[in-house]
Amino acid sequence: MSRQSNRTTDSKKMNSELFTLTYGALVTQLCKDYENDEEVNKQLDKMGYNIGVRLIEDFLARSSIGRCQDFRETADVIAKVAFKMYLGTTPSVTNWSPAGDEFSLILESNPLVDFVELPDNHNTLIYSNLLCGALRGSLEMVQMAVDVKFVQDTLRGDNVTEIRMKFIKRIEENLPAGDE
Amino acid sequence: MTVHNLYIFDRNGNCLFYNEWNRKKQAGISKDEEFKLMYGMLFSIRSFVSKMSPLDMKEGFLSFQTSKYRLHYYETPSGLKFVLNTDLSVSNARDTLQHIYSNLYVEHIVKNPVCVLGHGLDSELFSSRLDAFIRALPYYSPRAA
Repeated sequence: MSRQSNRTTDSKKMNSELFTLTYGALVTQLCKDYENDEEVNKQLDKMGYNIGVRLIEDFLARSSIGRCQDFRETADVIAKVAFKMYLGTTPSVTNWSPAGDEFSLILESNPLVDFVELPDNHNTLIYSNLLCGALRGSLEMVQMAVDVKFVQDTLRGDNVTEIRMKFIKRIEENLPAGDE
Repeated sequence: MTVHNLYIFDRNGNCLFYNEWNRKKQAGISKDEEFKLMYGMLFSIRSFVSKMSPLDMKEGFLSFQTSKYRLHYYETPSGLKFVLNTDLSVSNARDTLQHIYSNLYVEHIVKNPVCVLGHGLDSELFSSRLDAFIRALPYYSPRAA
């Protein structure tokens, strides 16, 4: 990982197969280590979270997007800018809840699962759960607590891959303790 | 024309980084205390400005000046705060602060897995690159100060 600071105007090409296979290797290793789908899902979420916490800074620096005015704008930015930038795909934003605090990202293609078939003994594995963690982590850094989960997954026989995001609350900034 | 000092605060008010270049007068209090005062002031100005604003504001407050120096402020949506004090001849340091964020902080701190976020930054590389960058600024010239 020797990327240096003098970044040329962006998007260094990376081999997407290498990326897909690396992610596959990661999940496989986790499955070996934990032997329990629930636990693997949890670990993927945690790893994603840690990625998201850092990734958001890279995202902000690269896209120079300011703070979003509302959750709808956030949804658009996630779908059209962030997914495009990091996964090269643009999910569609649909199924808004009437209150406007919940929506779905429908992924036509998910680069993480290009070569994947889930074996029968892993039917509760949420293979791409890392994405949920990454979304949660990065939004938390911009003062938004959200709940993210997969509701449909092509790997489990659904027609599309659907990520459901629910806005929980704004995280208010407080003065540090001991300061008046 | 000159640059006095630079503070970087995280979203919780911890001072992640501080360096000074042509600062001739010290505050006479401990650095920790100074950071707290600085952060407290920024916090208050920010909330004051956003409460008084007749419209929803996007950027918040950008800078203020006294008779002797100008304070430039840049806050990222993730709550990092960059504060640069210069003398009055520097009218706009926004690009400078943005550059420090996107080309120095993100590259050397965020992408360095060894650097723990939210603690003081002890990256040699970051400090030296930042120092070189500040010294190369067109308005960095200590003698003219």
